[in-house]
Amino acid sequence: MSEDDPNKTTASDSGVSRRDFLKISSISAAVVPLIGSQVVEAAGTPVKIYGPGKVPMELTVNGKKQTLQLEPRVTLLDALRDNLDITGAKRVCDRGECGACTVLLDNKAVYACSVLAIDAQGKSITTVESLSQGNKLHPVQQAYVDNDASQCGFCTPGFIVATKAFLDKHPHPTDEDIRRGLSGNLCRCGTYHGIQQVIAQFAQKGA
Amino acid sequence: MPDYSWPIAEQRTLIGKRISRVDSPDKVSGRAKYSYDYFQQGMLFGKILRSPHAKARIVSIDSTAAEKMPGVKAVEILQKVGATVQWEGDEIAAVAAVDESTAEDAVRAIKVQYEALPHLVSDAEPPANAASLAGPLSDDDIYDALSNQMPDQDLISLLEKNGVSFHVDQDFLNELKSSEVPDPVVQAVAKAQFHETTGARSNFQKAAVIKQGDVDQAMSAAEGTIEGIYGVPLITHCCLETHGSTAEWPSKDQLLVHLSTQNVSGIPGQMADPLGIPAANVRQKQDHVGGGFGSKFAADRWDIAAAKLSRKAGGKPVRMMLERDSELKVAGARPSAFARVKVAFNKDGTITGWQSQSWGTGGVGGGGMPPIPYVFNIPNQRKEHIAIRTNTGPARAWRAPNHPQAAVITMGAIEDAAAKLKMDPLEMFLKNIDLAKPRQDIYREEFGIASELMGWKDKWRPRGENISGSTARGLGLSIHTWGGRGHESNCDLSIHPDGSVDIKMGSQDLGTGTRTCILIVAAETLGIPMEAISLHIGDTIYPTSGGSGGSTTIGGVSSSTRRAAVQAREMLFAKVAPALNAQPDDLECAAGSVRVKSDTKRSLSWKQACAKLGAMPATARGKNPDKEHPPDLTNSGVGGVQMAEVEADIETGVVHVKKMVAVQDCGLVIDVKTAETQCYGALIMGISYALFEEKVMDQLTGRMLNPDMEFYRLAGISDIPELVVHMMTGKGYDEKGVIGLGEPPVISPGAAISNAVANAIGVRVPFLPLTPDRVLKALNDRNLD
Amino acid sequence: MRAFEYASPQTKEQAVALLGTNWDAAEVLAGGTDLLALMKSDVVHPRRLVNIKGIQELQGVRSDGGGLRIGALTTLGELADNVNVMRSYPAFSEAVNEAASPQIRNMATLGGNLCQRPRCWYFRNGLGLLPKDKDGKELVIGGENRYHAIFGNDGPAKFVSPSTLVPALIAYGASIRLVSPQGSREVPLEKFYVMPKAESEREHDLRPNEIVSEVVLPAPGTWKVAHYEIRQKQAFDWPLAVTAVALQMNGDNVGSARIVMGYVAPTPWLSADAAQALQGKRISEETAKAAADIAVKDAKPLTHNSYKIQLARVSVKRAILKAAGGAA
Repeated sequence: MSEDDPNKTTASDSGVSRRDFLKISSISAAVVPLIGSQVVEAAGTPVKIYGPGKVPMELTVNGKKQTLQLEPRVTLLDALRDNLDITGAKRVCDRGECGACTVLLDNKAVYACSVLAIDAQGKSITTVESLSQGNKLHPVQQAYVDNDASQCGFCTPGFIVATKAFLDKHPHPTDEDIRRGLSGNLCRCGTYHGIQQVIAQFAQKGA
Repeated sequence: MPDYSWPIAEQRTLIGKRISRVDSPDKVSGRAKYSYDYFQQGMLFGKILRSPHAKARIVSIDSTAAEKMPGVKAVEILQKVGATVQWEGDEIAAVAAVDESTAEDAVRAIKVQYEALPHLVSDAEPPANAASLAGPLSDDDIYDALSNQMPDQDLISLLEKNGVSFHVDQDFLNELKSSEVPDPVVQAVAKAQFHETTGARSNFQKAAVIKQGDVDQAMSAAEGTIEGIYGVPLITHCCLETHGSTAEWPSKDQLLVHLSTQNVSGIPGQMADPLGIPAANVRQKQDHVGGGFGSKFAADRWDIAAAKLSRKAGGKPVRMMLERDSELKVAGARPSAFARVKVAFNKDGTITGWQSQSWGTGGVGGGGMPPIPYVFNIPNQRKEHIAIRTNTGPARAWRAPNHPQAAVITMGAIEDAAAKLKMDPLEMFLKNIDLAKPRQDIYREEFGIASELMGWKDKWRPRGENISGSTARGLGLSIHTWGGRGHESNCDLSIHPDGSVDIKMGSQDLGTGTRTCILIVAAETLGIPMEAISLHIGDTIYPTSGGSGGSTTIGGVSSSTRRAAVQAREMLFAKVAPALNAQPDDLECAAGSVRVKSDTKRSLSWKQACAKLGAMPATARGKNPDKEHPPDLTNSGVGGVQMAEVEADIETGVVHVKKMVAVQDCGLVIDVKTAETQCYGALIMGISYALFEEKVMDQLTGRMLNPDMEFYRLAGISDIPELVVHMMTGKGYDEKGVIGLGEPPVISPGAAISNAVANAIGVRVPFLPLTPDRVLKALNDRNLD
Repeated sequence: MRAFEYASPQTKEQAVALLGTNWDAAEVLAGGTDLLALMKSDVVHPRRLVNIKGIQELQGVRSDGGGLRIGALTTLGELADNVNVMRSYPAFSEAVNEAASPQIRNMATLGGNLCQRPRCWYFRNGLGLLPKDKDGKELVIGGENRYHAIFGNDGPAKFVSPSTLVPALIAYGASIRLVSPQGSREVPLEKFYVMPKAESEREHDLRPNEIVSEVVLPAPGTWKVAHYEIRQKQAFDWPLAVTAVALQMNGDNVGSARIVMGYVAPTPWLSADAAQALQGKRISEETAKAAADIAVKDAKPLTHNSYKIQLARVSVKRAILKAAGGAA
């Protein structure tokens, strides 16, 4: 065990030793180490430790509960795309810089690349796919179509979700609102002009 | 013979109107599937181990630990021991595993020993006399000389004098011939003496001097001259969908690849040899592509690796999409270009001479000279170019290759000349517009429209004379040209007895509106709604169509579609004519019916008409080009004018673009709406590279420092001001036929914005991007003068 | 991202007990917007993440004797919408609204903002916080240092302090409360930031087994505070210089002042001399400019960042004018 082992240091710091208090929480964890969760005692109370192997997770995506087995290091974005085949949110920068992976978490726009799937449990996750009903587009989506606000379209789903969240909060946005409120999404083809028309359309009539 | 020509304005119901793009509903709803989105339960995930060094020899590669890791299904070593990598991020090895995290762990477990070699990642001005063409020429040297437009005679005498450093074989000569290298050059290569070479080549490769007229005489006779320095750094494509593919083997020798590409039909031919299978056994399939901008024509090394990994793993799909940092490091950059320029002119503004020493890098190959002086064929010229071979990573075509750089250099120098004469640059450009033959009249007309839309005459002030407080305001302009003739394209169109229509073409839609335009042309020709036609593109099972580069797609696909639709329509007319008691030539398709032209009441509904086809569909193959079926439906050569209005804070050096105007010709416009969007997008991309974009290389480590989307800055929505686009249409333009639009409008923004900043702050900021440090330095340097 | 184990404690005491005494052992996960990016880039690689978002007592904004106590887990989005913050600390509110994008503001916490790592591109590319080549030569000195420090750069640290909220918070006199297994401590915010001397050190005084519990803002009193940022892009861009200025007026003249610059040094950079220069003066373009000149008089540029001296000067001048109520 190396000098900086977390178990050891935790023990020496807080008087808590995982070795002393470790309780295997399930049989499967005992059979295959590192799978599932374990319990340690911290500050006199038990705390579950998950991973680093796969652990069961439950995500509520577009109103539907989904059960997954993932390592804690898997982001919400990768869980959606690579496990649930929900691919509207795109992986572009993977660092919270471009907005292509924007989803709603408890109705707030967030970057799915910057949230761990394990940390998104118990929250309602809304992706672009749920905004339209069959062929009936959400008014924001329809406005993107009408104003030709997509080209290659790779930034579009993220922009749609961000725009919806923005207009929900600012039904009559000012230029300042737009500057601060739609800055989190980048486009490479240059569809901002169309998106400005989308916003202008709603600013006039209200969302 | 059927009439293939484009319908005249009065008859058009769809062409030239404003049609919403057909794939928008899929894109806004998240349904549109890109290569990156391809998913199958149980698929594998690929990762690449990349070189941390800009230049290094590989001493050893040990992948044993990685291969033993649980979940790792295949490992491919992509470099030989002893090979030299030429840029940071070059591919070393590839791994496929059950999930991405495992693949990443496995890549980390591969141990590589490198012997770091000295690198060069700077494209600063080469020291005097650094460049030479001494010594025998390598094959690279010959290609560089050709791409640098070295005059044939210079290259021939160089070959005679210095010989070659490699054994010239027939394959090489054939390659030159097929690249349309003139025979005397090919013969000189064939006859060149072989010399063994030792030691390293210079990183600075001098292209021959190109001369026209007598520049020395022009300079000494001129009533005025200016000297300036201008340039554009390396920038990246930064496609939002990174490069890459998913490869799978449905059977032992059949590859199915979902590669994100601008070049669907061209992929099998590129993958066949490295995989040892016939091209016919490679199927490429893609619905949508998340940006290319010139960088997605190839099946890249990582794509070949994915296919090999998949084969090793029993054919399971292997997804290999680049990470963002790799995308910016290795998936292509636009070559840099810088120049010291001297321009000679008379007091009335007439330009008489051009002299330039230019340099730049396109990575390890050196790169070519931008076409300077741009658009204006100045009578007396002398130009020298030095290509710098660097370890900055590979260059790739970036929208309108070399033209934006040429525009910044040329339009900047001319604007500086106008400023010296205290002349309105609009006046100076018009004064010299005959040098822009054969498009001088187009530019004149476009200048008139653009200056109205900008309010140029009211707003323009002489350089540095519109400053209040810390805010300087200014206007700038630029002009550009491009070819844009339609590429080779084949289109199969079938009219079925049930009235349904389908189109099959191995083309792709980059988000330019290709799908929409194909449907517009077909629906217009058949007189039925666009929704009634089912369009299939993006798959090599369909007839081949060219790659989408150089603004060639719209001309190609609209022509092949028109011909296919006209031919199929003729077949339909032949079957329908007896029922309408008419000659086939007397029939027309309009408003969802087939009817007699002279008596439109004699008609059959589309469905009734199609039922006359009997058991077999009417299927026609349309081609572009097709000399046997005139007229030519596409054309080459456009002109465009752009103007920019900026505000610069002279205390902070921060520049904001306040308004841009683009006036653009592209012949017959199929869909005005998507054409305008293409121009808006180009202006926005232009604002981005004018103000923000730069591939920043660290000289010491040879690494790219901003391989991300924070410090590789792209313009955001609030950086985009009022944009005005005017498409030149109607008489004089429509009859030219269809011409591409992808490149032209992205050429001028950098030049126009640079000129506007010079006009605002009173001094030229030599290099893009126009960042605060550069703006403040230019202001500071002037104050020191 | 490397594998790690994950825990979600419910109390501060549990949280700090789960942390380690060095940074590789464990990191605190709050908003995660910075940490996950650093982990993906393999710049930090903790073996355990301690998610503290479930700790209720770290949430929320409370009034306290005319001032505010802001729980470390309060998101920037919550702060941006907080009426008390808007009313009593308008310059801080503005800084929050200008920070990042809405998606980041919805996740990022105040505690995380104060502990975010430098934006230095050598650091972010895995070349180290105090980047050196194999011969020990400092990469920043001979390298691309256009965004690096113009103050406090004579030691090995050349990066700039990354938070755009910190200057305003310091101008308002904020302090930060930290909790470790040994108990809790409160530190004036400007003392929280330090210059690392070795690669194993960090740029703040947070210990590996310590968490931020809250930020304490004293009553704003009659301080007039302004925040001014200079950046290239209009939104969601890291600034080139930022300044917060607090003025306590005595009639028409300045009674006392605080001037805090950001993005100019490895720590937030206070100029007592410039503040002193304002004392007793009426604010005008001239007095503001004179103070700004003093604020940057000791700046030492690296090879490519002398322009930042000008930007720092302008940001100080404009922040002073803005604080005094004039247009910036």
